[in-house]
Amino acid sequence: MNKHILDLTVVENIKLHTNYVLLKMTHELTLPPMMPGQFAEIKIDGSSTTFLRRPISINYVDKEKNEVWFLIQLVGDGTHQLSKVNKGDKVNIILPLGKGFTLPQSNIHKKCLIIGGGVGIAPLLYLGEQLLVNGNQPVFLLGARSKQDLLQLDNFQQLGLVYTTTEDGSCGEKGYVTQHSILSHERFDIIYSCGPKPMMVSVAKFAKANHIECEVSLENKMACGIGACLCCVENTNEGHLCVCKEGPVFNIKQLLWQI
Amino acid sequence: MANLNVNINGLLMNNPVMTASGTFGYGKEYEDFVDLEKIGGIIVKGTTLHKREGNPYPRMAETPSGMLNAVGLQNKGVNYFINHIYPQIKDIPTNMIVNVSGSSIESYVKTAEAINELEKIPAIELNISCPNVKKGGMAFGVSIQGASEVVSAVRKVYKKCLIVKLSPNVTDITEIARAAEASGADSVSLINTILGMAIDAEHRRPLLSTVTGGMSGAAVKPIALRMVWQVAKAVKIPVIGLGGIMNARDAIEFILAGASAIQIGTANFIDPTITVKVVEGINDYLERHHYKSINDIIGALEI
Repeated sequence: MNKHILDLTVVENIKLHTNYVLLKMTHELTLPPMMPGQFAEIKIDGSSTTFLRRPISINYVDKEKNEVWFLIQLVGDGTHQLSKVNKGDKVNIILPLGKGFTLPQSNIHKKCLIIGGGVGIAPLLYLGEQLLVNGNQPVFLLGARSKQDLLQLDNFQQLGLVYTTTEDGSCGEKGYVTQHSILSHERFDIIYSCGPKPMMVSVAKFAKANHIECEVSLENKMACGIGACLCCVENTNEGHLCVCKEGPVFNIKQLLWQI
Repeated sequence: MANLNVNINGLLMNNPVMTASGTFGYGKEYEDFVDLEKIGGIIVKGTTLHKREGNPYPRMAETPSGMLNAVGLQNKGVNYFINHIYPQIKDIPTNMIVNVSGSSIESYVKTAEAINELEKIPAIELNISCPNVKKGGMAFGVSIQGASEVVSAVRKVYKKCLIVKLSPNVTDITEIARAAEASGADSVSLINTILGMAIDAEHRRPLLSTVTGGMSGAAVKPIALRMVWQVAKAVKIPVIGLGGIMNARDAIEFILAGASAIQIGTANFIDPTITVKVVEGINDYLERHHYKSINDIIGALEI
């Protein structure tokens, strides 16, 4: 898939709550094809401490409206500046980057469990939609600290069953995603996951113990985003691989995690 | 259109803009963004005799107007380069130059000898300045004796254009540049990264697995520019300037300071098309000031 540098136009900047914004962007030409799990490198203007682009997951692609969505957690000055863009502003973005999730072949209907934690749910909305379009049944298990941190629940609910956990018990089952009862009640063919590393390690342990195929999306710190600088490497059974190029999505069998 | 051709002691380039090793992969990574033919020369990732896994993650930390890296020369070794990468890049219509690094004089020599056989590689850049490896690398580049020994040894086996990349982590960079020149270098390139450090105060830990790393980006430009100016006065061989070049104006500053060519490194990460923009910007500058050739402004700084 060819990578493009585009000046995208902000269509909408929606404040989800204090720490998150959803940016919907468009382009005068048809957006290039993008796969769920791929990401973009976004150039940040107006932040003196932000030198590099920011790698941000592709949250959703609305082909009818020619829109790409980015769900952004406000972490530092760079993401704060980015969250201030207004409708009509142009943002310089390189996309699509990296290797996304592996979708089951379209004639094989798989029961897919999608596990997300915190802002890690970002790439999972588009994944869920693409799984559904391909005839699979996505089931979502989303976890967060508390109810207000569970993002885009309405969007997920349009695609399939959604189970939730919160650490304070304010929504769904209390605890972590890997403690949810659905995991002992139902059998899944594939698990896809994105979230904080400790969560993904727990998910990987569960998948491995139960012999379920599992892919996880990593977020190692990166510079170039295209496999040139070799900064964002993950240690794998093939040696150091670039998360930006050979990932961000990896099958847990490739990783050297202690699971 | 002004004449942008430069001659680095026999290495002929259509323009003075090159890419810095380790920031442009093997060129192919940038094919979607730029017409590689429009770049004067591409210096590919540092290559060593044997495969190197590089340093553990994390290897990168962003700093104000710059970044630190501690990649540690991750590469698959010179044989892999010759058998698997060279066939893919040999027909890219620009100067494809290999950055050669080593942990001993013998390993530098063997690697340079192997690259010497590759018809479509017109030059090597001898890296005696990598701050991120324990043995070799910068160790050779911080003493006159070390630099002289490794450059002389490689000169004996390498018959084409030999560029020596210098470290800024020295007391007097002009001494090392003179040593490289006296030992047979055709050109020197400078600066490699400056040794730096970053700390995560919240967790009381270094941000790099190696604690220290090499700093690059806009923040290092004034230091690089000063060193290029000093070295250009100290040696007769052509100087290639790099360090924090973010745009055409930066590139012209280096050329005025005495650089015959320049390299763009970290800026590629922010704008993958910056190389061709700098070529155009240099041409615009020459036309605006009524210069016919880039050679008219090399070292043209008036003091």
